[in-house]
Amino acid sequence: MSQAAIEALLPEVAELIVSALNLDIAPAEIEADAPLFGDGLSLDSIDVLEIALVISKKYGIQLKSDNEDNVRIFSSLRALTAYIVSQRTQ
Amino acid sequence: MNAVPLLAHGDSAAVFAWRPDGPVTVGDYLADARALAARLPATGYLLNLCHDRYRFAVGFAAGLLRGMTSLQPSSQSPETFRRLQDEYPDLIALCDNDTDVPDLPRFAFPSLDRAAKTLFAEGIPSIPADHPAAILFTSGSTGQPQAQRKTWGKLALNGQAEAVALGLDIKPHVLVGTVPVQHSYGFESTFLLALHGGCAFWAGKPFYPQDIASALAAVPQPRLLVTTPFHLSALLASGIELPAIDILLSATAPLSTTLAAEAEARTGAPMLEIYGSTESGQLASRRTTDGAAWTLLPGVRLEQAGDETAACDGHVEGRIVLSDVIELLPDNRFLLHGRHADLINIAGKRTSLAYLNHQLGAVPGVVDGAFFLPDEEGPDGITRLTAFVVAPGLTARQITVALRERIEAIFLPRPLVLVDALPRNSTGKLPRGDLQALYAEKVERAGHGRG
Repeated sequence: MSQAAIEALLPEVAELIVSALNLDIAPAEIEADAPLFGDGLSLDSIDVLEIALVISKKYGIQLKSDNEDNVRIFSSLRALTAYIVSQRTQ
Repeated sequence: MNAVPLLAHGDSAAVFAWRPDGPVTVGDYLADARALAARLPATGYLLNLCHDRYRFAVGFAAGLLRGMTSLQPSSQSPETFRRLQDEYPDLIALCDNDTDVPDLPRFAFPSLDRAAKTLFAEGIPSIPADHPAAILFTSGSTGQPQAQRKTWGKLALNGQAEAVALGLDIKPHVLVGTVPVQHSYGFESTFLLALHGGCAFWAGKPFYPQDIASALAAVPQPRLLVTTPFHLSALLASGIELPAIDILLSATAPLSTTLAAEAEARTGAPMLEIYGSTESGQLASRRTTDGAAWTLLPGVRLEQAGDETAACDGHVEGRIVLSDVIELLPDNRFLLHGRHADLINIAGKRTSLAYLNHQLGAVPGVVDGAFFLPDEEGPDGITRLTAFVVAPGLTARQITVALRERIEAIFLPRPLVLVDALPRNSTGKLPRGDLQALYAEKVERAGHGRG
């Protein structure tokens, strides 16, 4: 998977997160490698479901809990974006 | 001594649970529970942290057989575990995965040998009705968890009453729950409803829409989906194709008639709601599209004194004052008119404005501050809190970082707005109307706010 493709999609996914969750920050302020949960953006499980929803709408990806990679997928903006790049169907 | 059977199923071959590798019969369940009971150190209190609904069920029954009480906290934070250990020093934590329980005595769920299956001839065990079977915890208005003791007899009655209210006593369903089994709604509607309502349950806890569809497909009809307005609205919004659902059940937050009607149109299933609280247990049910009135569960009674309503009788432990404003109607029916001020419920998690304001005021550098819950934009969306803070020298982010240590993430303000002063009146109070005006000026006009 191309690092360039991930890098190119980062701003779009950041924008998606900020607008879906109505976060009080600019998309560019989300650090690509900072944790989305815990000490990073402090997202919770409600946010996960909302992000999953916009991702399924925009990229045609259905997330599943039994996917062992879930923790990794939501570990950072970059990880989430990489997952989208690898799985997107639209 | 009055004793109540562990479960109401009359047939050991009846299916009690569905797991990914197939059905588990009542006989299997009893055998597993007895096998675990034989190994479990009978310490008094069992902190049952099992993620798998079936393993939770085995642990709960094994604990009952050993005369133990199940501890069911509303959060699994390190702070919660510390407090539990202080109050119940002889507890053991039953874990079925790598849940981190530092400092707690941990008992890993063992692999149970079905080959040594106990004969069903031993029958269904009975438990004394007055045995303290479980302690559920609520976040009280001070934010400190309050213990709600439940006796075995009342828990069994709750399961029976819910089954009658939903018509499951006549036609048992397979229960698929998106909610955790330890919290009151999931405990009652996926576990007690199986034990004493004659139903079977899916052992997993599907989260994403695709998970819910797969879980439903893994069990036979008739199927009942036990969910919340939040999970339901995500499920419908996903637009994925759903297996047949026969009944939809929702609780923890009000469901709008719009979402209820959409859910019924999409699935063809009646959309039912349960009203209750951790303190009182389940109290009433309704079909949302039939109108606003709720019907009390069999045996339960409401009493009113002034603007205070209390629940009693049936499976209610003692007399429980409710935090909602209620209008009684004839024929065991009533209307809900919202919660008493100050109490906050976001996605089923509860706290009070007073507690949140106290935590905000305790952040070093904060001179004054107030949390504010905007008027609901839509009952199914999750309305987030706003906070107005006077803190010269601090940034909104610094304050949020400090708050994160003190309150659950779901209550963190979005946004946190720095102001020069709060609109306090001459007695120092903050009229809601003035906060609403401040919200309109600083948040809505600035383009924040959902929707």
